[in-house]
Amino acid sequence: MGTETLYDISLTVNGVVREARVPARRLLSDCLRHDLGLTGTHVGCEHGVCGCCTVLLDGEPVRSCLTFAVSVDGHEITTIEGLAAPDGTLSAVQRAFAESHALQCGFCTPGFLCTVTALLNENPAPSDEEILEGISGNLCRCTGYQNIIKAVRRAAELSAEQERDGTGEAAPAATGAAGAPRASGATGGATGE
Amino acid sequence: MKPPPFDYHAPRTVGEALEVLADAGPEGKVLAGGQSLIPLMNMRLAAPARLVDINRIGALDTVTADARGVRVGALARHATVERSAAVAERQPLLRQALRHVAHPVIRNRGTVVGSIVHADPAAELPAVLALLGGTVRLARHGAPEREVPAAEFFLGPLESALQPGELAVSAFFPALPPGSGTAFCEIARRHGDFALAGVAALVTLDDDLRITTAKVACIGVGPVPVVVDVSAECARRPAASAASPAVAAAVRDRVEPEDDIHATAEYRRHLTGVLAERALRLAAERASHG
Ligand SMILES: Cc1cc2nc3c(=O)[nH]c(=O)nc-3n(C[C@H](O)[C@H](O)[C@H](O)COP(=O)(O)OP(=O)(O)OC[C@H]3O[C@@H](n4cnc5c(N)ncnc54)[C@H](O)[C@@H]3O)c2cc1C
Ligand code: FES
Ligand code: FES
Repeated sequence: MGTETLYDISLTVNGVVREARVPARRLLSDCLRHDLGLTGTHVGCEHGVCGCCTVLLDGEPVRSCLTFAVSVDGHEITTIEGLAAPDGTLSAVQRAFAESHALQCGFCTPGFLCTVTALLNENPAPSDEEILEGISGNLCRCTGYQNIIKAVRRAAELSAEQERDGTGEAAPAATGAAGAPRASGATGGATGE
Repeated sequence: MKPPPFDYHAPRTVGEALEVLADAGPEGKVLAGGQSLIPLMNMRLAAPARLVDINRIGALDTVTADARGVRVGALARHATVERSAAVAERQPLLRQALRHVAHPVIRNRGTVVGSIVHADPAAELPAVLALLGGTVRLARHGAPEREVPAAEFFLGPLESALQPGELAVSAFFPALPPGSGTAFCEIARRHGDFALAGVAALVTLDDDLRITTAKVACIGVGPVPVVVDVSAECARRPAASAASPAVAAAVRDRVEPEDDIHATAEYRRHLTGVLAERALRLAAERASHG
């Protein structure tokens, strides 16, 4: 370890520029947790299966355990810590999870919240099938998925209500970045086969 | 677990990448989306001494679709290719197959070319390339690029024709011929997992809606994608009869599945027959509505 080259990197995390000095093999998940002290991003399997470590990279959900921090030097990251408004008001997705009993121990929750935030940014009114596909890469071992699915539906409702009344809490930090490069996800009813 | 240490290179141009790869030789590994390589490193099943990260080479982030087909650059993510309407129009099998590749979040980062080079026998995209007769373009420092046909590219499980020092710069998928349809059917234990077995199908009809060509590529049932031409079994039958017990039997005879913790060889063989019928039926249907 002592002889490993260290890299000075700069990430915009939840809107704030953060600097870190890391070896090339530092996973983004560990960089966030250890170097930047943002322990809201959870680490379960470290091989891409559980989804707990999901964060938004330039607005798109990715596995932080399958990304080297040096690889994303200069990019924007949104973590669970960045979903609520600066005054602490929960985002629509966070509120829906709380209201729908969509978490129990909370271990999987940061990954679900980031995944669902991006899902609804891209597709504000997903069908049940699209919800299932959207969260298929996140495992929950204790709450069960029924309430999580309800929470996604509820979050879509809450966001739509806010949009209508213009009461809009500040949109999650990722909205701008996620909105931009997306082609329409609504390509219709092509089957998965 | 944590990945072992490595020397890191982040070139900004293809030329620079090729120089580093030439210098690194067998010690060098390309890092694309990292969705196969980083899990292997985290589990300490891979420990490349030198990693060449191509994520900053904007010139490789390309997808072009025209009447000849679809060319996918080495930095094009699964999700980008899946969403592209131009790609779906020229070669619909790509989107059909990509929807079976892992989960949406993995597809945001993983690359099409990375999946092909990785050559997992259960992966979808190598089968797509093999079925369509596509090619992979390989570059090396100080040498002309070479275009390797799929039939010569996949050599064994996780083994491709890519040599040390080479970079795969793109993959080419020929366009769908007129009067054709495609489909991808698979069965996995859980949605998004690698398939127990899967079949990609391509069916071409003549003006009377009779089958002229029918081919499948099977995954998870051999060291490389197993391409079976069943045109003879289907010869000039109407589109609606693309699937038949004879066709399923012909496909079952050609695959070489193995037992593992997930399924027995016999079960995989059985699934392949069932999936071949399903995929051919669907492809023929799409060809006739083309
Ligand atoms: C949970 C999970 C589930 C998955 N499920 C599936 C699935 O169902 N089906 C499926 O097909 N895949 C699946 N994958 C793998 C995924 O599709 C990968 O994205 C893909 O296999 C590799 O692409 P990559 O860009 O991530 O490559 P990397 O991981 O970066 O590289 C993979 C290998 O290819 C080499 N390589 C990559 N690009 C190049 C290049 N341009 N030139 C030379 N060498 C190169 C690397 O050196 C490495 O050896 C899954 C992955 C995970 C984590
Ligand atoms: S810790 Fe990253 S997917 Fe499990
Ligand atoms: S809330 Fe406990 S694992 Fe999901």
